[in-house]
Amino acid sequence: MTTSMFGAPIQRKEDPRLVTGGGRYLDDMGHRALAAAFVRSPHAHARIVDIDVTDAFEVDGLVGIWTHEDLPGKVGEPLPLLIPHPTLTHGRTQFALARDEVNYVGEAIVMVVARDRYIAEDVCQRIRVDYELLTPVVGIANARDGSALVHEDVPGNVACRMLQEVGDVDAAIAAAPHTLELELDIERSACMPMEGKGVLARWDTDKGELRIFSSTQTSTGVRAAVAAKLDLPLAKVECIAPDVGGGFGVKINHPWPEEVLIPWAARLLEQEVKWTEDRREHFISSAHERGQLQEIKVGFDEQGRILALDVKFWHDNGAYTPYGIIVPIITSTQLLGPYKPGAYRCEFWSLYTNTVLVTPYRGAGRPQGCFAMERTMDAIAEYLGIDRTEVRSRNFILPEEMPYDHGLLFQDGRPLKYDSGDFPASMAKLKALVGWDDFAAYREQAEAEGRRVGLGIGCYVEGTGVGPYEGGHIQIETSGRVNVSTGLTSQGQGHETSFAQIVAQELGVPIGDVFVTTGDTRRMPYAVGTFASRAAVMSGNAIALAARNVRAKALRIAADALEVSAEDLEIVDGIVQVKGAPGTRMSLGTVSVMSNPLRYAFDDAAKAATQFAGSNDPNKPPVADDDEPGLEGKDFYSPTQATFANGMHAAIVETDPVTAEIRVLRYCVIHDCGNMINPMIVEGQVHGGVAQGVGGALYERMVYDESGQLLNASFMDFLMPYASEVPHIETDHLETPSPLNPLGIKGAGEAGCIPVTAVIASAISDAEGFAITSMPISPVELWELRQRHARGEIPSLARPRHTSTSPGSAPVPPVQEAR
Amino acid sequence: MTEPVTEELLDLTLTVNGVPRHAKAPARRLLSDFLRHDLQLTGTHVGCEHGVCGACTVLVDGQPMRSCLMFAITAQAHEITTVEGLGTIDSMGPVQQAFTECHGLQCGFCTPGFLTTITAYLEDHPHPTSDEAREAISGNLCRCTGYQNIVKSVLRAAEIKAEIRAEIRAELAAGTTAEVDGA
Repeated sequence: MTTSMFGAPIQRKEDPRLVTGGGRYLDDMGHRALAAAFVRSPHAHARIVDIDVTDAFEVDGLVGIWTHEDLPGKVGEPLPLLIPHPTLTHGRTQFALARDEVNYVGEAIVMVVARDRYIAEDVCQRIRVDYELLTPVVGIANARDGSALVHEDVPGNVACRMLQEVGDVDAAIAAAPHTLELELDIERSACMPMEGKGVLARWDTDKGELRIFSSTQTSTGVRAAVAAKLDLPLAKVECIAPDVGGGFGVKINHPWPEEVLIPWAARLLEQEVKWTEDRREHFISSAHERGQLQEIKVGFDEQGRILALDVKFWHDNGAYTPYGIIVPIITSTQLLGPYKPGAYRCEFWSLYTNTVLVTPYRGAGRPQGCFAMERTMDAIAEYLGIDRTEVRSRNFILPEEMPYDHGLLFQDGRPLKYDSGDFPASMAKLKALVGWDDFAAYREQAEAEGRRVGLGIGCYVEGTGVGPYEGGHIQIETSGRVNVSTGLTSQGQGHETSFAQIVAQELGVPIGDVFVTTGDTRRMPYAVGTFASRAAVMSGNAIALAARNVRAKALRIAADALEVSAEDLEIVDGIVQVKGAPGTRMSLGTVSVMSNPLRYAFDDAAKAATQFAGSNDPNKPPVADDDEPGLEGKDFYSPTQATFANGMHAAIVETDPVTAEIRVLRYCVIHDCGNMINPMIVEGQVHGGVAQGVGGALYERMVYDESGQLLNASFMDFLMPYASEVPHIETDHLETPSPLNPLGIKGAGEAGCIPVTAVIASAISDAEGFAITSMPISPVELWELRQRHARGEIPSLARPRHTSTSPGSAPVPPVQEAR
Repeated sequence: MTEPVTEELLDLTLTVNGVPRHAKAPARRLLSDFLRHDLQLTGTHVGCEHGVCGACTVLVDGQPMRSCLMFAITAQAHEITTVEGLGTIDSMGPVQQAFTECHGLQCGFCTPGFLTTITAYLEDHPHPTSDEAREAISGNLCRCTGYQNIVKSVLRAAEIKAEIRAEIRAELAAGTTAEVDGA
């Protein structure tokens, strides 16, 4: 049956291929390509004095060595600043190969191309670079201090200072019955996809054409950037994202130095060239995110309603700003979550440091904002002695207030205006799921057993599905095969499946007949990319609109052929038939044959469309003036603003009274992304997000020493969670459709990770009886906080009040394991 | 440091997915690179090249091994099973089938290492509990799934294998199959 494909938890079309070794990731291609490797800076801040390659030339298999002075024209100019902003007054980007100065450990200085990667790395070892060391700026405190500079011409290391204010914050704070101040900090982590970046370039000398394969989140972006850098017409460059082994944000930045250099080398050498990033390279020369210092001042009334919120934060953008200031802009706007403070002001400074640059990582500034807002909510609840969920509820934007305009500009340059959401309903579901009101009894029982447990909560709103646009193209072959293409890329989100579900539903065809291609500029040259939880909203709706166009054309052609009215036709299982009289019918494949008037019969089916077959009207052209041959449809979806998804999480943690080990006993998620195309895939996205959130809350950090060395640049030392560290995740969904798009959907990709740091901090605070203000937190750090707390350096929380509405009910079971 | 670097190629004979293979490789060639680039069995993926992530896990004489930590030459005369040897798109093995049923993968890059690891595990532990399944996969990194559905996949794969065993037993009992090696 083809009905109700939309919303069904069907198995993924891509999986049989991927589980049998049939995936084609970047390094699975180009077995005969030359291999590139890079000499990268071992210093965080230095001037390059000399590069000596004398010893390197003798290695058998070497093809070429290039430094900055070898790069011609635009290839040797700084990489583009992708998202300019008026407040980004001191934006800086790196050269593809460092020119005279390096600004982080890992910055590429020399490119080597050789017969294979082993040899290329041998050559790199034989190249000597002399440096004059400069003072490295590491950490936000040093950057803010400004006595040492990352870039000589950027005073105070300030790339950008930005201020947004709604209402009169100073007056509202002055008038508020109560005020509180918080100082919070949050460490760096990174996307860390299992497959690093990679580029394979083929130059066709005969045609003067370039084909690039890149493990990217935007093939159209790479194509345009490389064409511009290499001075090639766009028509001579194609970019294809093959199977991509995860992205999580880092692969949206482009062009990476290697994305320019590898195609350039392939053209120069007239040979296929490939670069596959290794894990250490990914740690030291891709991108990180999250590092921020945040100061909050809040004014509130007796009920806990926020009258004014005054936020200042300092964002560590690393050595360069190729992706602009998107991350801090998102923090500054999405911090508000589901709440409506009386007045709001946010001022931030984006600061340079001599560390790996910062681009969005799943959540993109929201985990930091959520941490700020939710720690504030807990602080107000604590101060007033009100239940934490109650304080939140009193500040919620209510369903009847939607759409709700915050009066701020969002990351897409458009108003921060929530389209829909039912926050009280989400909260009610969360409280029921985690057993909020029964926790006091559970805690009492646990404490009697000598155990220390705490309950935490976090709420967020996520702007998803930002523009400017995406497109969908659908073509039905004479076999009935439905080819769908959209330009954005896939990194594991299951687009082949969810987009096929939309087409199966809209067209009325079996999902097995639908084949989706993403991220191939040959198939759809107009696209933006996969980021900001936008793929389903943008391409999903574009594809739905395209499917509706194809359907209309199919019905029109079939109506002519069957001599009925198009309104009387339906499409069921790929067959166009008369409603109520399904005997009068033709397959979509036949409609496809008829849509394309032919001179030549390439097969039996095609005969029906040739010029001597059947009757034709000699007064009409075979293809009408305003028509096109083929059963195809195309459309673009371009919304006026983002859709806003939301969610609420709660966790129960246990901290060891002696060792301070932290264990998550339960993790509960309420998630609302509007209508779900495939709930199984949405749930998988939530799971993965939560796991990354747990990593960011408890395990992952980038440990830089004072000289700017990343001390934990390997999976041995950067503690990504294994299955043993990720709790069982309990989920429940609310579906509040978006009124903004035809499918009523919102994005889901990033949601899971956004509130986790806030939730875990809340739960540990609750367990320990003092506020956690710095994340991530390790057992050692918690142990040290306990010592400080015992010495009276950290104030105690009054025990949180949990108003038990169901006295005598059973304690919460500790862990509900998966069946 | 002026003498040219040349590499001696060594003869290598091993069995990969049941097929005898002969090749030449330098002593330092990793088994992972040998499988992927010399034999073009690219289902085995490389995630870290230091033995931590497990994406490159293959079975060496049935035992899970990190192919990025082995030199190809050390696989001499051994039997290697890669993800390609666990089943085909038309005839998936039990673990492969379970992963597709349970949404046990997203980007699919780490998946081959999980599939080989779990295949070996279930040989020795045919009836794992949920906790045991979780423990069994706790040496492999996945950045997409949060492991929830991989745990489910392990349990489902155990079920599928049990179903297959039951079918074989039934067939044997009915005398319809002359010779079946009890799986």
